[in-house]
Amino acid sequence: MDHWWQKDISGCGLSGIINWDGKRISGAVIKKSVALMHDRGNGQGGGFAAYGIYPEHKDHYALHIMFTEEPGKPTRDFDDAMKETEAYLDRALAVDLAEDIPVRVTEKVPSHPLLRRYFVKVKQGSLKGTNMTEDDYIVSAVMHINDKIDNAFVFSSGRNMGAFKGVGFPEDIADFFMLENYEGHTWTAHNRFPTNTQGWWGGAHPFTLLDWSIVHNGEISSYGINKRYLEMFGYKLALLTDTEVVTYMFDLLVRRQGLPISAACMAVAAPFWKDIDRMEESEREACEAIRMVYGPALLNGPFAILFGHGKGLIGMNDRIKLRPFIAATKGKTVYMASEESAIREICPEPKEVWAPRAGHPVVVEMGKGIV
Amino acid sequence: MTINAKDVYYRDLNERVREEIKKGAADVVLDNVNGQRYIADGLRGKATITINGVPGNDLAAFMDGPTLIVNGNAQDGVANTMNDGKIIINGNAGDVLGYGMRGGKLYIKGDVGYRVGIHMKGFKSQVPVIIAGGTAGDFFGEYMAGGILVLLGIGKKKNEPIAGGYLGTGMHGGVMYVRGEVDPRDCGAEVGILEPNEEEMAELSAYLKEYCKDTGHDYGRIMKEKFIKIYPKSSRPYGRLYAY
Repeated sequence: MDHWWQKDISGCGLSGIINWDGKRISGAVIKKSVALMHDRGNGQGGGFAAYGIYPEHKDHYALHIMFTEEPGKPTRDFDDAMKETEAYLDRALAVDLAEDIPVRVTEKVPSHPLLRRYFVKVKQGSLKGTNMTEDDYIVSAVMHINDKIDNAFVFSSGRNMGAFKGVGFPEDIADFFMLENYEGHTWTAHNRFPTNTQGWWGGAHPFTLLDWSIVHNGEISSYGINKRYLEMFGYKLALLTDTEVVTYMFDLLVRRQGLPISAACMAVAAPFWKDIDRMEESEREACEAIRMVYGPALLNGPFAILFGHGKGLIGMNDRIKLRPFIAATKGKTVYMASEESAIREICPEPKEVWAPRAGHPVVVEMGKGIV
Repeated sequence: MTINAKDVYYRDLNERVREEIKKGAADVVLDNVNGQRYIADGLRGKATITINGVPGNDLAAFMDGPTLIVNGNAQDGVANTMNDGKIIINGNAGDVLGYGMRGGKLYIKGDVGYRVGIHMKGFKSQVPVIIAGGTAGDFFGEYMAGGILVLLGIGKKKNEPIAGGYLGTGMHGGVMYVRGEVDPRDCGAEVGILEPNEEEMAELSAYLKEYCKDTGHDYGRIMKEKFIKIYPKSSRPYGRLYAY
């Protein structure tokens, strides 16, 4: 991997749905929503994250792996990359099911990587003598494959969830992966408009790690400092797009360091000092502490992100709202998207529709609703 | 003349609207609009277009004459560089409304988003007017150079500010009227705050009467609360910047 590579700037379209009561929704629904914003992308990337789709394997980590070429790199036979990866997986993990990810080849997505999924568990005894958790172990396996095995990229690694992404418009990628055959309680979708480098399969959104997934519209101008900070904690940034840092940042702050999600959101979109000065003392102290401790976690630049995980969905904006973001509710379902019309396309009569304030996340938790 | 816009791609819809107006239609109704971009962009003449639904981004950019009535919420970028005509939005509207607007009227019944009225400008008889019924986000009237920008705060929750930060930052022309109070710390350094005088209130009242007729708000109730006037302290705040 090339540590000098900087970033790929994108400006895109997002949509997300969560039924916090756990009712599962067909992939056809999220496809319809993101397809309405077709013109926010340019066919260089579309993708989805889906939660609750593998109930029959819910205790397994579902590794979605693509064997593909990488921009600017020599390429090799994908079968070789697959064999090397599978040999590694057999050594490192207990693989209970290995199969092709079902796809439907259409003229809209004429070529595609070798796409496989592996339902795995951490072998008994693997953690002995380490201070790692099962999640840590899976993260290290993901980092190993992405960093050390050429032409192999893990594009999702959570339990009972999966990412589906590639080069194409999102509606065409949905058809390619036959998302109408999946049902999940939470979905996010992305329509990509890369502006700095060519789109490639690994560079489509979402970016995931364990069950964290991020779809992002905007540009992380602070990518360099965020990347170096994450590298200090052992993350390998291999996917050539700025959005990757957001995924790993939430993994670091929430899973590894145990911050509440609201505090992690505050770290990445911290209030301005002028606004902190006007806060009540206890709130001011908390904000000051977060800004000082987590300075390198601050995401600068324009962004709207949807951040999915197994127990909820979070949507948020940068601090001065340089990208669009709308939320809506109906019953126990919460919708978030770049455009109100994308929500109304699948929910014509929402109970409430609003534009969340800049830097103020909308946090939905399974079983609870908006918190 | 009614067009069903359900699932019609924006290019086809806009072509159809232009054709009808070219053929002489004075009233065009668009039903089931959802997300179609660029409606009425650059359109001239005196036609009235009624939009039932949520139009897409960049509604009425460069529009020069027609009247639009939106029965629904509007998204981002309404009335960019609009020159003449009138837009009535019977709902809320998004960010970056009336950017560089140079004439005509934009009346919004509900709340508006961030960056409303940035760099509006006016000259002699060209006076762009934006009136928003609810609250606004940050950067309201940033770099404003002319015209009239009004914010009413109807339906505002207690303790909720009527507008966000950076209000009127860089303002160097035109005038804003806000119904209620703003915290001077949320305003740009370039603006002053005064009570409007009688002549100014008379001009504002005329616009508000028309606004209430168009949006269904109660004029009497609106006038029960006090307005403040926000004005640029200098027409050339940066004249000496970089010069000495």
